[in-house]
Amino acid sequence: MISAVEAPAERKGGTSFGVLLQRFGTLAIFIVLVIVATLWSDAFLSRPNILNVLRQVATGAGIMAVGMLFVILTRGIDLSVGSIQALGSVLTGYFVAMSGYGPLVTILLVLLAGGACGLFTGLFVAYLRLPPFVMSLAMLAIARGLALIISDGRPIPLGEPGSAFTSFGSGFLWGIPQPVLLMFLVFILGGIVLNYTRFGRVITAIGSNEEAVRLAGIPVPRYILAVYVLSGVLAAVAGVISSSRTGVGSAQVGVGAELNVIAAVVIGGASLMGGRGGVINTFLGALIMGIIANIMNLAGVPGYHQQVYMGAIIVVAMLLQFGTGALKR
Amino acid sequence: MTELARLHAITKSFGGVHALRGVDFDIRAGEVHALLGENGAGKSTLMRVLNGEFPPTSGEIVIGGKPVHLRDPHAAREHGIAVVHQELALAPDLSVAENIFLGELPGVIGWGALKARARGLIERLGFQIDPGAIVGTLAVAHQQVVEIAKALSRDVKIIVFDEPSAVLSAQDAGRLHRIIADLRGQGVGIVYISHRLEEIFKISDRMTVMKDGQNVGTVNNGDITIDELIRMMVGRPLSAMFPERGRRTIGQEVLRLDRINAGRMVQDVSLSVRAGEIVGLGGLVGSGRTEVARAIFGADRLDSGSIHINGKPVQLRTPVHAVKAGIGLVPEDRKLHGVILDKPIRVNATMARLSAVVNALGFLRQGLERKLVTELGQSLRLKASSIDAPVSSLSGGNQQKVVLAKWFHAGGDLIILDEPTRGVDVGAKTEIYALINKLAEDGKAVLVISSEHQELFGLCDRILVMGQGELKGELLPADYSEERLLALSMTGRTTAPAMGEAA
Repeated sequence: MISAVEAPAERKGGTSFGVLLQRFGTLAIFIVLVIVATLWSDAFLSRPNILNVLRQVATGAGIMAVGMLFVILTRGIDLSVGSIQALGSVLTGYFVAMSGYGPLVTILLVLLAGGACGLFTGLFVAYLRLPPFVMSLAMLAIARGLALIISDGRPIPLGEPGSAFTSFGSGFLWGIPQPVLLMFLVFILGGIVLNYTRFGRVITAIGSNEEAVRLAGIPVPRYILAVYVLSGVLAAVAGVISSSRTGVGSAQVGVGAELNVIAAVVIGGASLMGGRGGVINTFLGALIMGIIANIMNLAGVPGYHQQVYMGAIIVVAMLLQFGTGALKR
Repeated sequence: MTELARLHAITKSFGGVHALRGVDFDIRAGEVHALLGENGAGKSTLMRVLNGEFPPTSGEIVIGGKPVHLRDPHAAREHGIAVVHQELALAPDLSVAENIFLGELPGVIGWGALKARARGLIERLGFQIDPGAIVGTLAVAHQQVVEIAKALSRDVKIIVFDEPSAVLSAQDAGRLHRIIADLRGQGVGIVYISHRLEEIFKISDRMTVMKDGQNVGTVNNGDITIDELIRMMVGRPLSAMFPERGRRTIGQEVLRLDRINAGRMVQDVSLSVRAGEIVGLGGLVGSGRTEVARAIFGADRLDSGSIHINGKPVQLRTPVHAVKAGIGLVPEDRKLHGVILDKPIRVNATMARLSAVVNALGFLRQGLERKLVTELGQSLRLKASSIDAPVSSLSGGNQQKVVLAKWFHAGGDLIILDEPTRGVDVGAKTEIYALINKLAEDGKAVLVISSEHQELFGLCDRILVMGQGELKGELLPADYSEERLLALSMTGRTTAPAMGEAA
């Protein structure tokens, strides 16, 4: 009966306004923001300021946003990234200062630790089908706690200024801060994986219709596990960078970072219902967050007020992204 | 007997599709009026009209001698009409008492009085259920009791039971029948929809048979035999929609099931399908057909029994194993399980064997993929603007071709199709049938599940008939008739017993 009622809904294809907005909405917001910022302050388009924004994005939400995008594409969420960043920062300090390991070994061990955190969350989410929100919330607490235990709540200095580590975080290559170059690399690799590999194809499909993918004989849990591991590793990378830039391993970094990261991905047009989102738009989303903070700094908005404005601007961005789609329905 | 309600010349159409055409139906006080017909005959739609869920396109509803207009189920309730739905319409997280009085809860709830009233209603039905228990934790039979208590919570003149016994054990069904007999004794008019003919002969006073949205006839119990009743339910001309049975060569056995059990709906099922053979799995909805398919495909766990593919024993714990073993499933619910609606045709078509379009490093070979999918689309006569169009932009028939394309691409040895032409228009059906035939001509073993009996007769080399989770028997082309198939599914015999025996 019902099947006869539901005549096949022929949806109009082509380039309707909604489709355009979905694809280029983030870019439009970005351009408008750049124009506003330029008019607002002459300092905005200056080279040091642009580099400053980029570096803040790179050490903040930028790199983690790629991992979060992959998680969100599978219809998941990872709230633990800020804590894993802190754990990464502390472990970097610990391995360099206490254990005396070289940079390479240290980085490898820290990334392993981040991956292990992701593995823990991912195992429960992928195989026991527990909600990612709750599981990553648990990891948020665990990783932050571990960071505090290891550092005993105190910053761990990485050693003399000018060592291999600190020079990376504050150094330049070809006139561009090195963390920014690393962020570009992560985004480019992320884009290649998402668009040109089996892995990217499958995780996007899982977010759209997990059951159909499962019934096509694809081992869905393995892929879900992988995105959480990836997210954990990238959060640890962010931890390494932040310790390298500040010269200390600290359990206090990345508090609330998960919210900025999720906001960047969602402003980038990714759907929290999975299956939709792209690397370029996520990058723009992260930049938008960075530019907003930058404008407010240039305009001299007091720190406490900034948070309120940031929240309000996210709401406006979301309305522009999705509001028109909801109105059409 | 007084007439409680009369539906007069009811027609209901959904955008050009006539679900009901001029149906007359009446309900009298103190009777059990059984409503029968195949899946899709219009029984549930008719009851939804009575319940105010669907306003009729034309026709008249008369209650207590006065024509009425039922705006919504609430209005029907005001007239004393209640429906116990096929899928229980209960809120699983609420308590028994809350469910019973849902929709008429006062602003401030007096829990003590409410629970006492709930207890009274349930006891009237001869059951003991704690009114504070959470409905989701109750057995299905007890949930059914709650649903009935809900119907009785207000003054009720007519109760409709939509396939109530489908989910009940024989013992619980017996208790339900006693409840119905009590209600009947109190002068309530009861409409009883069921596929279990023996049950209908046991409890009903009158029977109305529907077919293709029309009332075939209303008869008194005692004036008809099961055989005659089945004949009323079937009998439509065999259309020329089906492909010529091609020059298929039947080869080796591809699938063999040995006494597999999986849950309540798959009991001791043994069957085999050979290469190049199309085997039908018939029987009514809820007879266990889909569950057998799910068990073969690794979607549900086997309790016991063994599965052989190409002569080798296999353990199919997940669909991953099944696809590796060379099994493909075209699922019943296309939109939920068959396709990824918002993804392009290309992505859907290669999903079941991505290895063919991926290089050693895991990179997609998109050029090759485009070429493969384009060719596949042409050979399946897929109508789409491009292979990059999302599946949601396609008609039902073309969406189904995308699902078939997926399994053509996967290239397994066994394809299971569950309701392959559901929601597909007539023209596209013929094409789907041709494609199913092509699968078999290519030497694949094909298992087709369908509620459309003519579809099975037109396609299959033989039909295995299921009923209540068991394999009831096999029909060969010489025996193909809807009477035989229905009788086999409902009674386990190809020739229905004489009426006296059943009553």
